[in-house]
Amino acid sequence: MELICPAGTLASFRDAVDAGADAVYCGFRNETNARNFPGLNLTPDELAEAVFYAASRGVRTFVAVNTFMRAGNETLWTRAVDDAAALGADALILADLGLLAYAAERHPEVRRHLSVQAGAANADHIEFVVEAFGVKRVVLPRVLTVAEIAALTRNARCETEVFVFGGLCVMEEGRCSLSSYATGLSPNMNGVCSPASHVRYRPEGDETVSQLGEFTINRFSKAEAAGYPTLCKGRFVAGDERGYVFEDPVTLDALSQVDALAAAGVAALKIEGRQRGRAYVSRVVGEMRKALGDGHGRAPRAIEHDLLDRLSEGQRTTTGAFEKRWR
Amino acid sequence: MEQASSRLRLVLGPVLFLWDATVWRDFYFRIADEADVDCVVLGEVVCSKRQHFHEPLLDQVAERLKAAGKAVRLASLALVTNEREVRRTHQLCTRDDVEIEAEDLSAHHLLRGRPHAIGPLVNVYNGAAAQVLAARGARSICLPPELPLPAVAAIVRDAPDVDFEVFAFGRVPLAISARCAHARVKGRTKDTCQFVCQDDPDGLPIDTLDGEHFLALNGVQTMSYTCQSLVAEVPALIEAGVAGLRLSPQRCDMVGVAETFRNVIAGRLDPRDAQAEIAARYDGASFSNGFLHGQAGHRLVPSAAIGGLPD
Repeated sequence: MELICPAGTLASFRDAVDAGADAVYCGFRNETNARNFPGLNLTPDELAEAVFYAASRGVRTFVAVNTFMRAGNETLWTRAVDDAAALGADALILADLGLLAYAAERHPEVRRHLSVQAGAANADHIEFVVEAFGVKRVVLPRVLTVAEIAALTRNARCETEVFVFGGLCVMEEGRCSLSSYATGLSPNMNGVCSPASHVRYRPEGDETVSQLGEFTINRFSKAEAAGYPTLCKGRFVAGDERGYVFEDPVTLDALSQVDALAAAGVAALKIEGRQRGRAYVSRVVGEMRKALGDGHGRAPRAIEHDLLDRLSEGQRTTTGAFEKRWR
Repeated sequence: MEQASSRLRLVLGPVLFLWDATVWRDFYFRIADEADVDCVVLGEVVCSKRQHFHEPLLDQVAERLKAAGKAVRLASLALVTNEREVRRTHQLCTRDDVEIEAEDLSAHHLLRGRPHAIGPLVNVYNGAAAQVLAARGARSICLPPELPLPAVAAIVRDAPDVDFEVFAFGRVPLAISARCAHARVKGRTKDTCQFVCQDDPDGLPIDTLDGEHFLALNGVQTMSYTCQSLVAEVPALIEAGVAGLRLSPQRCDMVGVAETFRNVIAGRLDPRDAQAEIAARYDGASFSNGFLHGQAGHRLVPSAAIGGLPD
């Protein structure tokens, strides 16, 4: 299986290549990708440098243009696709149907991967994008069990790629407008989730209150570290229940499922975290490389779970939807 | 104005909540007999586990609605993952006796080459995406509820062969998950849910720790706490070239809600006065229209600031 690694900066891009990625994915510094965070992502010049660095080491570069073209502003997205193709991207990671059609028509020679943001959760949806746009690989949404992934991969006429480590969407990707409801900025149209521009922390008595827009997302006592107020990982009140209604502040660690995913026929494993620092990228990629072997005959080696645990945002991890009981 | 407005259709969306089967049937019987809507979408969209509740009544309800002169569509599931859900979607999409509304792209794929509708949970954010679906048989598309008005107008302009609907009334579907948060807050999981969502036929409010209403749970779906109401924006939506308004059923006087919308469409009621009437038809609800105004979705831009029909 291939190892697909994140990079939010040119420096972490090089780190990912050096640490053993088979491919590195990144995006442009604007709303055209789902990690449109301040100071993150690459300029076209940086992408050119990144592609060269990767290619000369036998590593491929995937460019995510995986938000949805805002009607009336489509050229921002079509230009991103044109630039990525011109700069030598090995694959485009796309979600929008209009943009997929554009890429298939204008740049048929560049591989098209279906982004997780397209939420293709079954073989018929996948068949649609294979037939319509010649998609070669689908990144599966984090709503499927390993058994479902196996069934789907068997029936699909293209490769599948799955997330195994990093941030965990609780909702089906590409179908969540919780942030736009709270802030007016949309994951699908603006590439942001729980945007930092709308985050406030305020002390109140002995507690720290985290807010997104006008809404309290969590309250922390002095004994707790105040986590980032990601909307679906907040504490709320529903009926008699007071707590983490959607999901605890956990991150995905499905390394225990790697053998099962290989048996399921999955082509590539993906690490989330373009917004994470260089230490995260190089260590996680390095550990994952060990777990998978070097692809040239070196056997897989045991990984340091403690290290990966420390690199997980919430300090606690889950195998998420891979196991049925998560539901 | 009168002529342009008279073409705007009212579409009653599918009941997104799990209602008691008898209540569900009687709701539609009343709609058939009393509601001035052009089209009614039936079927379980949110959770495949719920499907058996209403399926035995589906044909009976559809016939009653058709006899009353309403067009009927059957909706597919929004999230199709397991074998059973795949099979059911295939079964639904082989039907040729009724129009199908695709709520995910697998249903659209299965319906390719045949006329069909696209529901609001399919991502259509631009005219090019609408054209892709139209080329494969989509005749009408209900746009995602978070779209601002200029985007709606641009999509209508760029895909002139498609009839576009806008989500004009109801709690807004904001997210869907494989996990059931509704079961989770009641100490269960999706597999052991015992249909606890049935206890909250209008959604279970999610409040912040500071006691402010925020969201609502509907099984695996997360919705807005507020009820979106675009009644004051009807003239602007007509101007944008929208073909239909979708009213999503809540536990309120839906016949009355449709009547208010119809009166605004027909020019019989000033849209600036209409929101007060809608509020009276849905006691206790909070309303919003922020998405259409390009703001946070929970906001309510007052009717007075929106403007009404030209004098």
